[in-house]
Amino acid sequence: MVDILIYIAAAVTGIAFLFALYRFLKGPTAADRVVAFDTMTLVTVVFIVIIALAEGRGIYLDVAVIYALLSFLGVIAVARYLERGL
Amino acid sequence: MKKASAIAILFLTLLIFWLLLNGSLAADIVIVGVVTALVIAILFRDGLAVFSEFRATPRAFLTAFLYLPYFLGELIKSNLHIARVVLTPSLPLNPAIVKVRTRLKSRMGRLILANSITLTPGTLTVELDGEWLYIHWVTAEATDIDAATAQIVAGFEKYLEVMYG
Amino acid sequence: MTIGGIIGGILMLSGAAFLFLAGLGLVRMPDLFNRLQAGTKATTLGTLLTLAGAACLRPDWAVKLLLIGLFILFTNPISSQVLARAAHRTGTPQAAGTVDRLAEDREKRP
Repeated sequence: MVDILIYIAAAVTGIAFLFALYRFLKGPTAADRVVAFDTMTLVTVVFIVIIALAEGRGIYLDVAVIYALLSFLGVIAVARYLERGL
Repeated sequence: MKKASAIAILFLTLLIFWLLLNGSLAADIVIVGVVTALVIAILFRDGLAVFSEFRATPRAFLTAFLYLPYFLGELIKSNLHIARVVLTPSLPLNPAIVKVRTRLKSRMGRLILANSITLTPGTLTVELDGEWLYIHWVTAEATDIDAATAQIVAGFEKYLEVMYG
Repeated sequence: MTIGGIIGGILMLSGAAFLFLAGLGLVRMPDLFNRLQAGTKATTLGTLLTLAGAACLRPDWAVKLLLIGLFILFTNPISSQVLARAAHRTGTPQAAGTVDRLAEDREKRP
């Protein structure tokens, strides 16, 4: 029963990923793509947590922590590049 | 003296984060954590940490405790607002970038104010310039400074004023 | 089938719904700043709800999930503010009819 709820959640999250992917491919500006990329990263963090639940392995959560951290740094780096070059 | 307390606060914040992340108190983990946290705290002593300008009075702690549910309530309200806008077929938008003013003086207080504004109904901080904040508002109801300040800033400011000043 | 399991499942489902709304907002909104609004708010709450749901299902992971949640709560608004500032400074086009006090003030100064 709970498993089914988790799978539905994963499917809905997958649709969100596809929406973000559409915005990522379409643009039109670089900043739009960064927003889409940031959303995709957070969706991926959620996916990693769902996979950790399904597999019952807590070690995957460390991957989620690092992924959230790297995405933050990535967005900051791109924004600074847009502002005045690195 | 001020620098030493800044280092100590940053060191403790980092060490607690590290210990919670590892979830154990084994000797090797604690030693690695203490050494790394100390090095980082000394290198980044001029930076900001969550508690670096926190006024450690009982009233400030109580306010911080009350701030959390208020903030979470605003976060949920803001999401319902965005959901309503996105799900309406005609997309009822009235975007504007408005200018508001804050009474907060400390850097950390202003940072938390800007972050909170970003997560509350329809508003996003675009630029911080001293006491002036420029805020993008999806469904703007007022574009003059005083009305916008009363509507966006005032709610958070009365909490943050006690916590950070 | 426990109470915690049911609450956890419902929380995860509502989190997924908010992530879906974030995606829909990204597709439907007319300009970058409005997209950022939908992107930031809905993903923050969506992720937090999912993490809370996972914490209900596996209470032994609660501390680590709480850390991920706190981290996202702090960094997500910062990254969108930095991005919004960069986009505004580089003159990203805005939806028709946007009142822009920041551009007005920029023009007044040399």
